Amino acid sequence: MEVMDSMDRKSLAAAFPATVPVLMGYLAIGIAFGFMLQSIGYNFIWAFFMSLTIYAGSGQYLGVSLLSTCAALGTVALMTLIVNFRHLVYGLSMLEKFRGMGPRKIYMIFSLTDETYALLSSVQAPPGVDRRNFYFAIALLDHSYWIAGSVIGAVAGALLPVDTTGIEFAMTALFIVIAVEQWEGYKSHLPALLGGGATLISLALAGRENLLLPALGAIVLVLLVLRDRLEEKGEPAGPHCVKEEEKPC
Amino acid sequence: MLTPVQAIGSIAVMAAVTFLTRALPFLLFDRGDHPPKLVIYLGRVLPPAVIAMLIVYCLRDNLIALVQGPAGLAGWLPAAIACAAVAALHLWKHNNLLSIFGGTVLYMALVQSGLF
Repeated sequence: MEVMDSMDRKSLAAAFPATVPVLMGYLAIGIAFGFMLQSIGYNFIWAFFMSLTIYAGSGQYLGVSLLSTCAALGTVALMTLIVNFRHLVYGLSMLEKFRGMGPRKIYMIFSLTDETYALLSSVQAPPGVDRRNFYFAIALLDHSYWIAGSVIGAVAGALLPVDTTGIEFAMTALFIVIAVEQWEGYKSHLPALLGGGATLISLALAGRENLLLPALGAIVLVLLVLRDRLEEKGEPAGPHCVKEEEKPC
Repeated sequence: MLTPVQAIGSIAVMAAVTFLTRALPFLLFDRGDHPPKLVIYLGRVLPPAVIAMLIVYCLRDNLIALVQGPAGLAGWLPAAIACAAVAALHLWKHNNLLSIFGGTVLYMALVQSGLF
């Protein structure tokens, strides 16, 4: 495999200890994903290919809801865009790090999940290990944990006849966890309150089917109007989780 | 359920859009230009607003039940308890897994218990 040619054992061995927290996290969240996917009638083969090609935690939880409700492709695209919007920020702070990585750069960009981003922001390559090989090894290991977790979950879901009613709450729980992290990391809570408030109003006015677009439009508009006020607060650039290497979010 | 071809189409759209959100900064700003200040500003303030939006979106049916008063109790109380549990667990332990799993198992237990 081409991937293995450019990979050396030393880099993998050096990267593995750094990725252990992600191993634990991805196995568990991946298992939950595979389990949910199986519960709506898609087996481990689907889990494998979704995790291989999409590779996004919250994006794939969302994917389960979208598949189970037979959402239209436009809805799928819009929802995926909204959920993954934060990745735009991650890319901005990785521009320098990924320079000079050659063809592997495309994989590095593809695999820039929250957890991999958190690791890449915080870890240093040990002496004697090429920095770029080290980053690539981290990205590759994290991806493999995610695929493994989701396949295990789907197989377990098929073997264990568990009543999965209510398992879709995992997605809500995931968003609440991210919100708590953000709440603690941001000086101004105005954006979060605005996001919640605007969506509540949109739910009341536009109804349960069409609430997202008006809410998102209103949020962006008000954030633009409040720019001078919010810029003054002098937030640290990027989300809170960047600093916490042991707790990737 | 979707046909396999439709499901593959949905998954392909998810994969393409996800990759696009990751690749866009590199496509736009990788030539050494500084990203516009407006982009940096939105990149900073949008994520918390969007996550709050998605929480409301996920809970939309529970919120509709809440407005119905006592009759809608079964539609919102389990979610309210589970949401509070997730937030409390996370503030306490800061462990993503514990918070997500704990909250989800609690929610499943509540909705399957027959109490509501």
